[in-house]
Amino acid sequence: MSAGIDLENVCCDFGSFRAVDNANVSIRPGEFFSFLGPSGCGKTTILRMVSGFIEPTQGVIRIGGADVKGKRPNQRPTALIFQNLALFPLMPIWENISFGLEVRGIDKATRRKKAEELLRLVDLPGAADKMVSQLSGGQKQRVAIARALAVEPQVMLLDEPLSALDLKLRQHMRAELRAIQQRTGVTFIYITHDQGEALAMSDRVGVMSQGRIQQIADPREIYNNPVNGFVASFVGENNIFQGEVQQAADGMASFATPHGTFRARLGELGDKPGKLYVRPEHMLLSDAPAVENSVPVTISDISFEGSFIAVHATSDTGAILSAEIRNDGAATVPEKGARVHMTFDPARAAILPDANVRG
Amino acid sequence: MQDLLRRYGPGLTLIMTLLVAFWLLMLVILPNMTLFEQSFRPYLPVTEIGGPRDTYGFGNYLKVFDGSIERSLFGISFSIPVHVMTFGLTIWYSMVVTALCFLLAYPLAYYMAKIVNPRSLPTLILLLFIPLWVSEVLRAFAWWIILAFRGPLNALLLSLGLIDDPIRWTNMGYTGVVIGLIYTYVLFMLFPVYNAVQSLDTNQIEAAEDLGAPWWKIHWRIVLPHAKPGIASGSVMVFMLSAGSLLVPSILGSTTSQWFTQTINQWFNDALDWNTASAYAFLLLLLCTVFVSIAMRLFRVKLSDIAK
Repeated sequence: MSAGIDLENVCCDFGSFRAVDNANVSIRPGEFFSFLGPSGCGKTTILRMVSGFIEPTQGVIRIGGADVKGKRPNQRPTALIFQNLALFPLMPIWENISFGLEVRGIDKATRRKKAEELLRLVDLPGAADKMVSQLSGGQKQRVAIARALAVEPQVMLLDEPLSALDLKLRQHMRAELRAIQQRTGVTFIYITHDQGEALAMSDRVGVMSQGRIQQIADPREIYNNPVNGFVASFVGENNIFQGEVQQAADGMASFATPHGTFRARLGELGDKPGKLYVRPEHMLLSDAPAVENSVPVTISDISFEGSFIAVHATSDTGAILSAEIRNDGAATVPEKGARVHMTFDPARAAILPDANVRG
Repeated sequence: MQDLLRRYGPGLTLIMTLLVAFWLLMLVILPNMTLFEQSFRPYLPVTEIGGPRDTYGFGNYLKVFDGSIERSLFGISFSIPVHVMTFGLTIWYSMVVTALCFLLAYPLAYYMAKIVNPRSLPTLILLLFIPLWVSEVLRAFAWWIILAFRGPLNALLLSLGLIDDPIRWTNMGYTGVVIGLIYTYVLFMLFPVYNAVQSLDTNQIEAAEDLGAPWWKIHWRIVLPHAKPGIASGSVMVFMLSAGSLLVPSILGSTTSQWFTQTINQWFNDALDWNTASAYAFLLLLLCTVFVSIAMRLFRVKLSDIAK
C-alpha cells in the first residue's frame, strides 16, 4: 500500500518569515521523490507539514487524495525517519522496531515475529536483543528504517538520514534505501542537501531555494535542463558568463559577453535578465578556435580528480573558466601556462534567469 | 588535591583543607558520634553518670515498643506500640507527600521542559522560586491562615458552592501536615524531574507520536523511563525531608497527628532525656535509609543514576 501526496498552494509562515512559499507538487504513489536544497530552504518544513508536526498557514495537503488538515502525526499514514534517527535508547532493538505495533495493541509474540522479519528485510538478523548503543551508525540507520516500515506506512518521510554517515557507508546505504523502497513499493519522500544523493536515488527531484520550489523533474532533466541559474549551480558545476541577449529565434539566442558573442539555448527568461551557463564537462579544449563559442584562455591550474581531470584557465578578461577532461587513459592534458581555446556546443549551453525568489 | 595546590598555592590550600576538615569533624562527625554514644547509655541523674548503673545497652532503642494502644484497621482490632505507630504513620504520610509532589511536579516539569516558550522560562522559574525566599516558618504559618476555619480557603470553597459548611482542615488528622509538606518540598521534586525531562531529545517524543502513540503511551514508554533517575532523586529528597521535618508538623498538625520527629523533640525538650532522643533519631535515620534502599531496589534505580 502506498499513497500519493499532493501539495496545493501550500505556504508556511513562522511569524513574519515565510519558510515555504506557495508549494505545488504532486507526488505519485510508489515514487521516490527528493526535495533538494541548501539548509534553510524550507524542505524540512515541507516534510514536517506532511507528517503533521506543523500545520500549513495556507493551502491543502492531501495524502492518498484525502485532506489531512487537523490530523495529528499519530493519525496520518506516514512514518518519519529523523535526521538523528531518534531511536529509543532504553528499549532493545526489537522493541524499538515494534513500538508502532505495541501502541496499536498487537500482542507480544506477533510483535517479536514482525520485528525479526523486518530485521531480515534490512539485512540485520540477530540484532533483536541488542541495545541501540551497541550498534554502529549504519546499523542504527537500518533499525530506524525497520521501525518506520513496521507500521506499514503509505508514505515514508526521510529527513537527511544519511548525513551522519561516512562517505563509503553513505554510498552503500543509498543503494540499500533504493532497494528497500523498490521491494516495499512505499512512497518515499527524501530530504537532502546532497545533490549526488538526490540524483542517484530519486525518480523525481524537487529543487528548492528560499522557500520556493524551483524545478520538479527527473534527475537527468534537472541536471541537463535546469530552469534557472540556482538549479544549474546547486546541481553540478558551471562556467557562468554575464551578458545580454541579442537575437532570439527557435529557442536559440545570441548572447553578448565581454568574451565575445556566443550562441546558446534560450531558457524561460520572462522579462528578467539572464546569464549563460556551461558545464565544465561540456567545455572542449582545442589549439585552434572553432567556428563559434570559443574563448582563448591560459591554463592556470590542473588538478587530477581520478575519473576526470579538472582544468582551470584564465581568460583574457581575467575570468576563471574550467573544463573537465574524462580520464579515459588516452586523454591529452595541456601544460600549465599553455594558450588554448575553450569551446562549447550551443546545444549544451543555456541562457537562464536567476533563482525564482520573492521581491 | 594536586590541582588545588597548583592553582591556589600551599597557604590557601592549607586553610581551605583545614576549614573543610573543621566543618566535617567538629560540626558533623563529632556531634553525631556523641549522640550515637549517648544513645546506648541510660538516662541517669547527674550524680550517677559514670557510676555503676551507666552501662551500654539497647534499652533506649527498645523503648519504641513500650506503651501499646488499641487500634482497628479494616475492621481488625490490634494493639500496637504508640511510637511504632507514629513511625509507621510518618513513613506512610511521607510517601503520600512524595507521591502527590510527583503528581503535581511532573506535568509542570514536562510543560517547562518541552512545551513552554523558552523565552518565558526564566520568568516561570523566578515565579516558582519567589516563595522559597520567604522563611519556612512564615510559609507554614501562611498555610495555617489559609487553612483556618474562617480562612480564605473555606471562604473560596463556600463562595464557589463546592462545600456547604466550612471544613476544619487543621483538625483532620494529617491533612494540614500533608498540605504543608507538599508546599514546602514540591520544588525539590520539580527541578530534578525538570532536568531529566529536559535532557530528553524532543525528536524521540515526536518519533513516538509519529509511530502512532497516544499521549499517555508516549509518557509511559518514552518520557517516564527517561526521567526515572530524576524522579528517583526527587522522590528520595522529598521523602527524607518530609520524614525529617519538624516545623511543618508542629505548626500544621492537628490534635490527632503526631510526626516521629515530634516524638524525638519531646524526648529532647520535654523529657530532657537526650539518650532516648538520640536513639530515636538514629532509628529514624536508619529505617528511612533502609526504606529508601528497598524502594530503589523495587523501582530498579541505582544510586549512581540519582547522583547524576
